[in-house]
Amino acid sequence: MSDSFFSRGFTGRRREPENAKRVPPGQYITPDFPVLSAGPTQHVPLDQWNFRIEGLVRQPVQWSWQEFNQLPSQTFTVDIHCVTKWSKLDTRWEGVSVDTLLENVEIDPQAGFVTAFSYGGYTTNLPLADLTGGRAFVAYNYAGQPLAPEHGGPARLVVPHLYFWKSAKWVTGLRLMDADRRGFWEALGYHDRGDPWKEERYQGD
Amino acid sequence: MVWQLATVRAVRQETPRVKTITLELPGWSPHRPGQHYDIRLTAPDGYQAQRSYSIASEPERVGEIDLTVEWIENGEVSSYLHDVVALDDRLEVRGPIGGYFVWTAEMGGPLLLVGGGSGVVPLMAMLRHRAAVGSSVPARLLYSSRTPEDVIYAAELERLSRQPGGVEVFHTLTRSQPPGWKGYARRIDRAMLAEVLQPLGMQAQAFICGPTLLVENVADHLVQLGLPPSNIRTERFGPTGGPS
Repeated sequence: MSDSFFSRGFTGRRREPENAKRVPPGQYITPDFPVLSAGPTQHVPLDQWNFRIEGLVRQPVQWSWQEFNQLPSQTFTVDIHCVTKWSKLDTRWEGVSVDTLLENVEIDPQAGFVTAFSYGGYTTNLPLADLTGGRAFVAYNYAGQPLAPEHGGPARLVVPHLYFWKSAKWVTGLRLMDADRRGFWEALGYHDRGDPWKEERYQGD
Repeated sequence: MVWQLATVRAVRQETPRVKTITLELPGWSPHRPGQHYDIRLTAPDGYQAQRSYSIASEPERVGEIDLTVEWIENGEVSSYLHDVVALDDRLEVRGPIGGYFVWTAEMGGPLLLVGGGSGVVPLMAMLRHRAAVGSSVPARLLYSSRTPEDVIYAAELERLSRQPGGVEVFHTLTRSQPPGWKGYARRIDRAMLAEVLQPLGMQAQAFICGPTLLVENVADHLVQLGLPPSNIRTERFGPTGGPS
């Protein structure tokens, strides 16, 4: 609001200068890995797990856990930013790039948006362009270990350049669509895109 | 959602580590119990810090809100709110925010509220709302604190529980108990949840708020006890205590 307002007596805890540029406005660095979910943690048995790409593709594709683990994987070291204000630097993941997954389908040119959907019913919406170009992956290892259920294991979507609610836990597929349809938090008032550098936290930001 | 300048109208020490700050809002709008506000602090050189705090008050209180804030060791914003903020100070806030961890009387019940530490705050907003509108929805609160001194809203919870049709309150004190204590004296476990849940049945709407480990355990136990996952809403805070 007013440019001139400041909080009486507040100086704040300054960040290390080398990290300051890596932390978006309103965020603070935590060494922990907080857990945020709207409901109970999902526990998905690996022999029942699958991942599919559907919607505006010529032929939907589906992988079992075993098949998914045979896809070419990469390691990713990224900073993540949660809308609840914490950021975590240099998180280390292993998984499959969404680019690699999409090589297995023929995408309808009408497809511009994606709903990521999860075990337990969680959904989140993203522009397709935010998932391609090496910017998003489906991770199954974190810090060299299988991804824990409370952090979204067996596998979660990771889209590090957007607020972390876009990185759907317990993800089981991507649905390609011609229009943006709001997911779980977006329908409850959170931003459709969620760029932390623009502080797109809530609808209207 | 716009930022507004709230004015501090009251500060109350709830427990040695917890304060409630009453804010008068020029752009007040009714919240749903369970929602939160964001607070933004700005230093003279433009540096800003933001945090979210649950609303403790009921939406029937027009024009102002209570935020109950726990003092966190090295907490950049909580230490400011505890050690610096005084009456008539102004705070930049925006809200109400959050649309899932909410309960209003028309959502019905029965209501099972489980809180750990300052996780009781959004649950208190629900109970104050329930009392303010005279709701008869059955409600039980299971509330875990370390010591008797750490129990937030102790007297008010006692009063609410004595009202006809009032909430039934079950305390567990995990670290120390007063002489003659008849309540629970251990961390929340499945047997305790089974006892508190039983009269409410499997239609209960559960709201769980507290440290991550408590919420994880309680939610898992409630699913194991047969409560549908879609009836369980959670709000977690604090570190995981582990690298994963």
